[in-house]
Amino acid sequence: MLLRHTTEKEIDRKALTINPAKTCQPVGAMYAALGVHGCLPHSHGSQGCCSYHRSALTRHYKEPVMAATSSFTEGSSVFGGQANLLQAIGTIFSVYDPDIIAVHSTCLSETIGDDLKQIVAKANADGKVPDGKHVIEASTPSYVGSHVTGYHNMLQSIVQHFAIKTDEAKRQVNLLAGWVEPSDMRELKRISKMMGIKTVLVPDTSDVLDAPMTGKFEMYPKGGTTIPELVSMGDSMKTVAIGEWATKGAAIALDNNCKVPFDMLDLPIGVKATDRFIMSLSKAGAVAVPEEIDRERGRLVDMITDMHQYFYGKRVALFGDPDQLLPLCEFLLDLDMVPAYVVSGTPGKTFGKRMKEIFGDKIDQVKFKNGANADMFQLHQWIKQEGVDLLIGNTYGKYIALDEKIPFLRMGFPIVDRVGHSYFPTLGYMGGIRILEKILDLLMQYQDENSPEEKVELVM
Amino acid sequence: MVKKKDYSAGLPDPTPIIDEIISKYPSKVAKKRKKAMVANDPEIDQPVQANVRTIPGIITQRGCTYAGCKGVVLGPTRDIINLVHGPIGCSFYAWLTRRNQTKPETETAENYMMYSFSTDMQDENIVFGGEVKLKEAIREAYKLFNPKAIGVFSTCPVGLIGDDVHAVSRDMKEELGINIFGFSCEGYRGVSQSAGHHIANNGIFKHVVGNNDRPREGKFQINLLGEYNIGGDAFELERLFEEAGITLVSTYSGNSTVESFAYSHTVDLNVVMCHRSINYIAEMMEEKYGIPWIKGNFIGGSSTAKTLRKVAEFFDDAELIEKVEEIIAREEAKVEAVKAAIKPKVEGKLAMMFVGGSRAHHYQDLFEELGMLTVSAGYEFAHRDDYEGRHVIPDIKIDADTRNIEELTITKTDNPELWRDDLVAKKAELEKKGYEFSHYAGMMPQMKKNSLVIDDVSHHETEKLIEFYKPDLFCAGIKEKYVVQKSGVPLKQLHSYDYGGPYAGFEGAINFYKEMERMLVTNVWNLVDTPWKSEPEIVGSMTINA
Ligand code: SF4
Ligand code: SF4
Repeated sequence: MLLRHTTEKEIDRKALTINPAKTCQPVGAMYAALGVHGCLPHSHGSQGCCSYHRSALTRHYKEPVMAATSSFTEGSSVFGGQANLLQAIGTIFSVYDPDIIAVHSTCLSETIGDDLKQIVAKANADGKVPDGKHVIEASTPSYVGSHVTGYHNMLQSIVQHFAIKTDEAKRQVNLLAGWVEPSDMRELKRISKMMGIKTVLVPDTSDVLDAPMTGKFEMYPKGGTTIPELVSMGDSMKTVAIGEWATKGAAIALDNNCKVPFDMLDLPIGVKATDRFIMSLSKAGAVAVPEEIDRERGRLVDMITDMHQYFYGKRVALFGDPDQLLPLCEFLLDLDMVPAYVVSGTPGKTFGKRMKEIFGDKIDQVKFKNGANADMFQLHQWIKQEGVDLLIGNTYGKYIALDEKIPFLRMGFPIVDRVGHSYFPTLGYMGGIRILEKILDLLMQYQDENSPEEKVELVM
Repeated sequence: MVKKKDYSAGLPDPTPIIDEIISKYPSKVAKKRKKAMVANDPEIDQPVQANVRTIPGIITQRGCTYAGCKGVVLGPTRDIINLVHGPIGCSFYAWLTRRNQTKPETETAENYMMYSFSTDMQDENIVFGGEVKLKEAIREAYKLFNPKAIGVFSTCPVGLIGDDVHAVSRDMKEELGINIFGFSCEGYRGVSQSAGHHIANNGIFKHVVGNNDRPREGKFQINLLGEYNIGGDAFELERLFEEAGITLVSTYSGNSTVESFAYSHTVDLNVVMCHRSINYIAEMMEEKYGIPWIKGNFIGGSSTAKTLRKVAEFFDDAELIEKVEEIIAREEAKVEAVKAAIKPKVEGKLAMMFVGGSRAHHYQDLFEELGMLTVSAGYEFAHRDDYEGRHVIPDIKIDADTRNIEELTITKTDNPELWRDDLVAKKAELEKKGYEFSHYAGMMPQMKKNSLVIDDVSHHETEKLIEFYKPDLFCAGIKEKYVVQKSGVPLKQLHSYDYGGPYAGFEGAINFYKEMERMLVTNVWNLVDTPWKSEPEIVGSMTINA
């Protein structure tokens, strides 16, 4: 028993988090910044956080993750980190020559009250930022929100810094992506292209965190949204933002600063959420939905009808980020599965409201919790009280799955013990097909392994 | 892809590469970095700048004090609840990411290593202080798990807002009646992980060692210090000691328990593997109890044999010596057979290593055994003594960062039964015969002339080193792995062993040889260049949709 001390009996906990279903802001800020071309993330704090965040991203993507740090001393912790950041900016431009340095704070620099805006302004005034180069900054205190909040804050800062409204409107749509895989970024571009819409996708980690092996290390790989693209976002016709927790601030900033209106949508996971995404794109770009998209959708629905008996009534426990969990629950309900337990460490008041919308009169069949004290320990306790047929979440769910002998679908961040997530999308109709394929593989494998010999099926 | 170089006639003078590396740095940075790079000459003493702050903006390998304290020293100990006081990140990142395997005695025995415990501090705890929450979290942990001990770790913001983890721990220890103690291991406190090791050593010594004076068991009792059971290394060493009849009382800290730390002062000898991370405990045990320590190394077949012999020589028992020789003869035969098969395939290959404390040194033995050449190496968080040997300790400047770490004053125990006069006498007698105690020669004397030693290597330096040396193998950690591999050079992670291992002891040597064969003889790298790259004349004259 890996988690031998977990019992089904719950006590009321107010102070202790055990096995968190979230992590801290800076890692999200780092990931978002990597989706901008020529950008070097910079962690303003002690070097430990930067090291941890780089390691976490590297283990998940199996790719180089570059980022610099202010390497605080005890002195900087007392007197402020301005000198460290100014020196860092100078060192970075001369040694690593990025186009952009994207600075995010840590709980250390936040606690001492470093004002990143003011320090960056000083760096510019002191001539530490070469012509044509940029330093952007985002405040990402780790005692507020989660890794998703950090992603949100950095994304907002990116569009705020670059997008400019000119007199020349552009026939293009801004696409703001929540925290999804490079494969999903690529899928979003494929769908837009199929629809004949010119989009600016930000961030875009495809070709950055799934870079090919060429025998040459590139500090700034081919991918990422470029500066001219970012600038042009202020002139777009519309913004389509997917994943409220990750993109809302950026969408609002584009609206406020550049008068680009936005649609706030779920991540296109499953049939209905993808439907809403396609409709929003088609309206935003004023284009009809091409038949090829109908056909992809039809293939997904066909698969559901063909395999419905295996989904029907199966109980599922899920943990992860709200932006994934909400449309995923909706999708599972469409399959007639039962999302029985849902946990996210990421706070956000609308979570409960959205769950109620999605579940409707089925809301009583789900136990859910989000926010600072929602953790995987409690999810496990619920599972011990009444079991489930499938567990969905990041790699850390493995220990629960092994102890309780539950089929386990890896989705979310981080996935450090399997590959595929960065190469095969789970967004869109094709992504839906992949999710179903994975679920069916797991459920059928489980059935095979647990059937008496005479009941093993050849055809399913 | 890089073209390989031939250094069979000796290594080239690395001065040009040092100059090239620093030419890109701003002048102040260049001046500082230059002191951390030395063209090695094993015959002479040369100072290497070490254990100094990384320059802001530099992409470094280093982590933080908390990582050293919570992650390295206390992390692998299974029967204690390690509670991280801080926002969630620090606890999340140290959650099962270090691969210290552990095997509880029974199916139900205590094992908290799969859990991550945190106070998950929120905004209001930063503003109003988190001590109340910490106390409540300790109570909740006690209620849920009823552990025998709880360790509390401070992260960056905790130190700044002034939460006193020591006072809270004292109060809660009194309230709950179990051993509870805190560590001031805030990430900003030191230069690197090293400070955390020191803080952890002090804490364990103060709060755990000596809590249980149980009577001796077994004729030959030792502790293994600085062995973290990555990939099962300690399991392999436990096997050897058990067969030899040596009682391994405690391993600090791999497959370990706080329970065993509590009576670890009842041994006859401490064997220190990773000098940097844990020599403090060895020193303190000697001062307090008179227990001598030796430096050991179990990486590589011949090093393992040497260390086993040294331990047997210490006990000076004919039966033990015979048993140890028997094990060595049997195991070395196995090792030799594998080596003979693999060595011809990898001989002459070039390796470089930039890892942790001891690994950048110990693994050179394995490469030597295979006829491979270490062209450049350095530590992530070492001090000068790890490079140059312990004789330089008196010359090391004490800076503000070092002064920051509490220095314990250790005095001789007043329990006459625990003070080991016999061991003190034995040490004196053996020393006369040339037996080396409390000794570490450091990494540099073992390395070849003109090999390049670099402390706290940075990303830029790594790239330049690869260009210059065109190594066949690079050893470092996860942050470097894919960077290096994208240039067509395989990287072996020596922190996690890339989820292989064990690599310690005789079995470990065999595993490592096979791993080198896999990595160095593979055809994979030949796939990198596309076939059409070398035949540019394949240009289409007919295009679809033209
Ligand atoms: S540097 Fe501070 S905040 Fe960062 S991981 Fe270390 S202790 Fe935690
Ligand atoms: S919680 Fe704070 S100290 Fe810890 S890793 Fe996150 S930002 Fe760093």
